[in-house]
Amino acid sequence: MSVETKLPYDKEYINQFSNDNNEPVWMNSLRLQALEQIETLELPKPDKTKIGKWNFSRFKHLAEGEKIASLKELPEALEGFLDEENIPENLLIQRNHSVAYATLSEELKEQGVIFTDIFTALQEHEDLVRRYYMKDAVSVDEHRLTALHAALMNGGIFVYVPKNVEVKVPLQVIFWQEDPEAALFNHVLVVADENSSLTYVENYISYNETEETLANVVTEVIAQNNAKISFGAVDNFAAGTTVYNNRRGVAYRDATIDWALGQMNEGNTVSENITHLVGDNSLSNAKTVSVGRGKQTQNFTAKIVHFGKNSEGYILQHGVMKDSATSIFNGIGKIEHGASKSNAEQESRVLMLSEKARGDANPILLIDEDDVTAGHAASVGRVDPLQLYYLMSRGITQAEAERLVIHGFLAPVVNQLPIESVKNQLTEVIERKVY
Amino acid sequence: MAGSTLEIKNLHVSIEGKEILKGVDLTIKGGEFHAVMGPNGTGKSTLASAVMGHPKYEVTEGSILLDGEDVLEMEVDERARAGLFLAMQYPSEISGVTTSDFLRSSMNARREEGDEVSLMKFIKEMDSALDYLEIDKNMAQRYLNEGFSGGEKKRNEILQLMLLKPEIAILDEIDSGLDIDALKIVSKGINKLRDENFGCLIITHYQRLLNYITPDHVHVMMQGRVVKSGGPELAQRLEAEGYEWIKEELGIEDETVGQNA
Repeated sequence: MSVETKLPYDKEYINQFSNDNNEPVWMNSLRLQALEQIETLELPKPDKTKIGKWNFSRFKHLAEGEKIASLKELPEALEGFLDEENIPENLLIQRNHSVAYATLSEELKEQGVIFTDIFTALQEHEDLVRRYYMKDAVSVDEHRLTALHAALMNGGIFVYVPKNVEVKVPLQVIFWQEDPEAALFNHVLVVADENSSLTYVENYISYNETEETLANVVTEVIAQNNAKISFGAVDNFAAGTTVYNNRRGVAYRDATIDWALGQMNEGNTVSENITHLVGDNSLSNAKTVSVGRGKQTQNFTAKIVHFGKNSEGYILQHGVMKDSATSIFNGIGKIEHGASKSNAEQESRVLMLSEKARGDANPILLIDEDDVTAGHAASVGRVDPLQLYYLMSRGITQAEAERLVIHGFLAPVVNQLPIESVKNQLTEVIERKVY
Repeated sequence: MAGSTLEIKNLHVSIEGKEILKGVDLTIKGGEFHAVMGPNGTGKSTLASAVMGHPKYEVTEGSILLDGEDVLEMEVDERARAGLFLAMQYPSEISGVTTSDFLRSSMNARREEGDEVSLMKFIKEMDSALDYLEIDKNMAQRYLNEGFSGGEKKRNEILQLMLLKPEIAILDEIDSGLDIDALKIVSKGINKLRDENFGCLIITHYQRLLNYITPDHVHVMMQGRVVKSGGPELAQRLEAEGYEWIKEELGIEDETVGQNA
């Protein structure tokens, strides 16, 4: 047992934290129960990546963030996240662990749409949160990091769309980690009730190049019967942050969950995106792009598990690796017994920009049912010299030609992001990381 | 003198250590259309690729000059900006990059920063070239060459030629795989560029293309060299009689470069 991994926060601290936030009793006990489990549970074991020495215990748990009176007060670095000409009607900015700005259109409020921070939701919509919080998607005791998350959860969002309500305008959230030492145990809970639909887009941003901290994010996305959720994200934690990011979806009958994830963290990252297609005829498109640079090590898992008949899962992962960055891309399609007529397809492609970069694509199909279709494609390679030759033969410089090829390689996911400003912002992040 | 001059002198080229070109001499001036003909495997496409700077081809001897400037010292993109263009036999497919974005980047590549072609002007020029080549306008929004048919790829090459307006263009088997209607359209595009400033080297197996584009000079390649040159009448004789008479005349048994390597 090493002193390093000893958690600096105890039962007393968590009790106090929970009380300070006026949490319901069940939440308080969920935290304390999780705390007890931390010591006995193991760290997760992502395939081919050793995380035993990563920083999961050195951090500061709490940092308040001031409210901002108007979006004009946002620092320059955040302005790009928003389209100034067209300020979103539904926007929430979380600054460290406080809400700095929040707006939701009157129309959606009247329709019963809930779009608020997790602490407010625990008070105002206690039953709904309790119904879904770490129940159907992620369990507290999966491993040490989920238990840590449950014990120390200190931020997040609750989204609920009632039956038959279609949210046509995207809901946008910016998680702004302004304090360079503050850890983020963020919990995002998105629930679309029967026959409803919504588009949700989130950005994570921090600036701690040297200060060490961590982010332990659990996201649960629930699509009830015939609901449709389009989920977009750009993760951009700075080099000092060690990231564990667990995004999990559960789709019931005829439901759809589409993911478009830009995984642009600068530090060591374990990111898993798992969707359970529980209901018949459910569908998920899981699209991710990632860029690795410097010395960072990352492990990405995109997994779709088919339980429902005639369920369809499509995984597309594209990654670009430069410098001496290392990344593992696990693509897993799993079809359970009874999920007949299901289709599990996946494609993982990694582009290497330097000799020292490492990228592995692991395509895995696990199939326990006969009457299904499945397929996978995976490749790891360099920029094709003939593509560069072709582009350069039209006068385009080598740097610009490489830029075009890389953008083209990442476009299938970037283009999926449903908010123009977020798409542009991701393009800028890619630009900055690749060149 | 109008236009540019491309001088190829005693050009020797190897691919993976095997010599393909064994001393090619050819001069193309602005206003001139040259055709290089010859059977398969005689080095025609190697000539085109070597001039443009294909990464697999190594020039081992000789020189290529464009208006006296040493082309072999230039990177591929510099050659293009100096005024060379190659319509490729097998253009690359580039996923995620639209044809239109690529065209605009190419047009801007030869302009100074701050002097980029405006979006309106670009669209106008592109649309008019698309119409001229009878290309479906959707092509501009499709990814570059991805899923294009053989004919679409060839038309796309000529589209680029029309928009980039190089000084000297090399067309590498632009006619292969085209039906007669497509051949006429592609020829129409090439002929539109014909003026005293534009020089063109057309590489082809077949006389057929030359029915629509009349060359001023015709060259026959065998064994990695230009073995015979003449006027348009040479192409007609080749069409009528094939290549055997040249081989006999020159005492060549195997015209390909393979046996002599």
